[in-house]
Amino acid sequence: MDFLLIHLLNSLLFASVLFLTAGGLSLIYGVMRIVNLAHGNLYAFGAYVTAWAIGGVLAGAPTPLLYLLLPAGAVAAALLGAALEPTLLRPFYKRAEEYQLLVTFGLLMILEDLMRLLWGPYPLSASALWENSGSVTISGNPYPNYNLVVIAIGLVAAVFLWAFVYKTKFGVVLRATSQDMRMASALGIDVNRVYVQAFTLGCFMAGLGGAMIVPRDSAVLGMGVDALVLAFIVVVIGGLGSLEGALAGALIVGVVRELGITFFAEIELAVLYLIAVLVLLARPAGLFGRP
Amino acid sequence: MSVSPLALAARSPRRTLLYALPVIAVLLVLPWVADQYSTILLAYGLVMAIAALGFNLLLVYTGLLSFGHSAYFGVGAYAVAMMVKYLKVSSMELFVVGAIVASAAVSALFGFVCVRYTRIFFSILTLALSQVLWSLAFKFFWITGGTDGLRVPTPSLLGVTPGGDKIAFLARGYYYYVLVLFLACAAVMWVIVNSPFGKALQAIRDNETRASFVGVQIWRCRWVAFVVSGVFTGLAGALWVPLNGLTTPDILHWQFSGEIVFMTVLGGFRTFAGPIVGAVVFNYLKTYAVGYTVYWQLLLGVILVTLVLSLPTGIVGMVERLTERVRRRRATAS
Amino acid sequence: MSLLVTQGLTKQFGELRAVDRVDFTVRPAEVLALIGSNGAGKTTLVNLISGLFPPDAGTIHFLGVDVTAQTVHDRIKAGIARSFQLVNLFDQLSALDNVALSIFSRGDKTRKLFALAASDRAVWEEGFEILKTFGLEAKAGVLAGGLSQGERKLLDVAVAYALRPKLLFLDEPTSGVSTREKAPIMDTVTSIVRSEGISAAIIEHDMDVVFRYSDRIVVMHQGAILADGSPEEIRSNATVTATLIGTATGA
Repeated sequence: MDFLLIHLLNSLLFASVLFLTAGGLSLIYGVMRIVNLAHGNLYAFGAYVTAWAIGGVLAGAPTPLLYLLLPAGAVAAALLGAALEPTLLRPFYKRAEEYQLLVTFGLLMILEDLMRLLWGPYPLSASALWENSGSVTISGNPYPNYNLVVIAIGLVAAVFLWAFVYKTKFGVVLRATSQDMRMASALGIDVNRVYVQAFTLGCFMAGLGGAMIVPRDSAVLGMGVDALVLAFIVVVIGGLGSLEGALAGALIVGVVRELGITFFAEIELAVLYLIAVLVLLARPAGLFGRP
Repeated sequence: MSVSPLALAARSPRRTLLYALPVIAVLLVLPWVADQYSTILLAYGLVMAIAALGFNLLLVYTGLLSFGHSAYFGVGAYAVAMMVKYLKVSSMELFVVGAIVASAAVSALFGFVCVRYTRIFFSILTLALSQVLWSLAFKFFWITGGTDGLRVPTPSLLGVTPGGDKIAFLARGYYYYVLVLFLACAAVMWVIVNSPFGKALQAIRDNETRASFVGVQIWRCRWVAFVVSGVFTGLAGALWVPLNGLTTPDILHWQFSGEIVFMTVLGGFRTFAGPIVGAVVFNYLKTYAVGYTVYWQLLLGVILVTLVLSLPTGIVGMVERLTERVRRRRATAS
Repeated sequence: MSLLVTQGLTKQFGELRAVDRVDFTVRPAEVLALIGSNGAGKTTLVNLISGLFPPDAGTIHFLGVDVTAQTVHDRIKAGIARSFQLVNLFDQLSALDNVALSIFSRGDKTRKLFALAASDRAVWEEGFEILKTFGLEAKAGVLAGGLSQGERKLLDVAVAYALRPKLLFLDEPTSGVSTREKAPIMDTVTSIVRSEGISAAIIEHDMDVVFRYSDRIVVMHQGAILADGSPEEIRSNATVTATLIGTATGA
């Protein structure tokens, strides 16, 4: 039983981070009908900023202070998103989908190297936070407390997001715009503003995902692309544009990854992609998506 | 006013040849003028041009943006590497046949699934399937060599085993081998896009519903286009391996697919020659960018973004516009 | 023998029964008008017969053959073609290309990958002849996207006609064009249809057009057929007048 518990916790750990990353991607698509190929880089950016703050600038500070620094990456990613949307993406909404994909692909290449330029080619660690957090004992094995924190943050983020989208006025505007952009615009909603807000929020989520995982995994080059690939699988399974879908997809992928690491490491990614392909075949819009 | 229906039908092959002949002449003479290094780079460019031509059949003529063409390139390349490793084959002709068969099989299978979708779903599905292959090549290292890849020695061309200097071989014999296949591919693709089938593809792209109501079988046509596209790309993969001497999972990764997309846009995907020009230019560009700075990705990214922002018709589109302007100015002057 | 017979054709969209147990026939060589207010089920009926989506119940027989389960492709091969209410053309292809595609498709030539379309002389000549019949020959080289609304309506019919059907469904061939352009379009279309001896079923809202050009009128209301008869019979049918007045005459 305890053995199962550890697997379950690990699955939830993966799912938390996946939900934040994929949820951001999905939110952006849902509102703006844009698939941001550079989304993974915003996740990586969040990881780097937090690692730089915790592991570099304020290394040695007391643990509670380090926890306060955790969201730094998320805020940085949000700021970056807020700057990118009006400058790079806005000119493309009226043009063919191909161009949007291309420009975000270009952005992916740029951000990938910018991070190398800023933080160098070596991994950036923030493990102090992970180490200082101690561990609990589950069936005689130590289990890091920090993992539990990540799961908790993921849970809180999901609840907040749900409340935000379904219980606030901004959420209504957001959903109206995603339903029918032209109608929303005719009703006096400032679509440009909604877009920049949605994009910023999506980037914030990605950045938070990266910031949360970095004390455990450290920031490395290429982590953005890996995250993007997994986020794709999540949204394809759950349904592009749906937050519920992102949650369901993240849980499924989290469990499969955890099982994969234990039982079928060689074909873990292949299995994930095959699941995605099967879902696409059975339900092209994903489990929760609307066609 | 009487109009000949034939004059309106399509561009005649003769006019295209008029443009193509000087280019072919330059390509033929080049190895005797340029140094070996540039010639080999050009061979790389021509190989990638075959892949870009195949990719563009889907993008511009069928309206489907594939983000997974690395799969077919990789299948072509790995087919060659496997033939070397397990069958001890060294004939380039057999490599080409093997790669065509393998990439046709894989693209027929993948295409069967993918052509049921369009737009972003098509793009993501092609990407996902290519990543399956990538992760398999990556993880099954005892078969594929993993990240170390598989070595491929210089092949024999038309039964002749090359002796001596490998660089000289690549810059002469192999260059011409690639050139001939490239020209054949370009000619075949030109015929395909100007065939009744090509017209049907463009009709599907413009208006899927109506195309089905003039009797065009949508999925079937898209599937055939997908397989043709995959085979072109697979053939490019096979030709690429001897140049590189090694095949690694990198060429199966979706970022490699991104490069194929990049070069097509760079050249201009609205025209037939665009992808060819784009592939050759991209190859030089990337080589020099990689040699010039470790931040070559940054450089290429900036170029791509600038290109899409300000030059969506690519190099060929820009040249066409400039020549048009010059022609008009001359017309007003005289 | 009737050209087309449907029996008990039914299609449900959610709560709405768009087509409700319709028995509909088209005879050889007739111009039939299909009328009724918006939402009466005319376009859905045409969509079912042409194969855009399958019926929930009922059968469709064409020339005595059950085509209910056939694909669009097979129905076109059998001789059913249609145009669309909102013009549906290949905008980035020329007018001639648009028509030629139908001709290529008719001869199963769209499967040819390794032959130049341009060198198939017969196709282009036939296509040009068809454009001429529709008075569009001067626009042969113009991209369909660049034609006027009236020309696009005609080209839409020409594309369907180029399939050489036995039965041609035209979904509002004169909608969206000025009153002045309607008569020339209908003159052209009906004279072609009559001279070829093929049947046309035309969805139309303009009653002047309906009474002037059709041999027979089928009136639909709330998914069912309300009346079926010659223009005179329909004109004097009190139920039809009561149902249609105020709905269709204004359209």
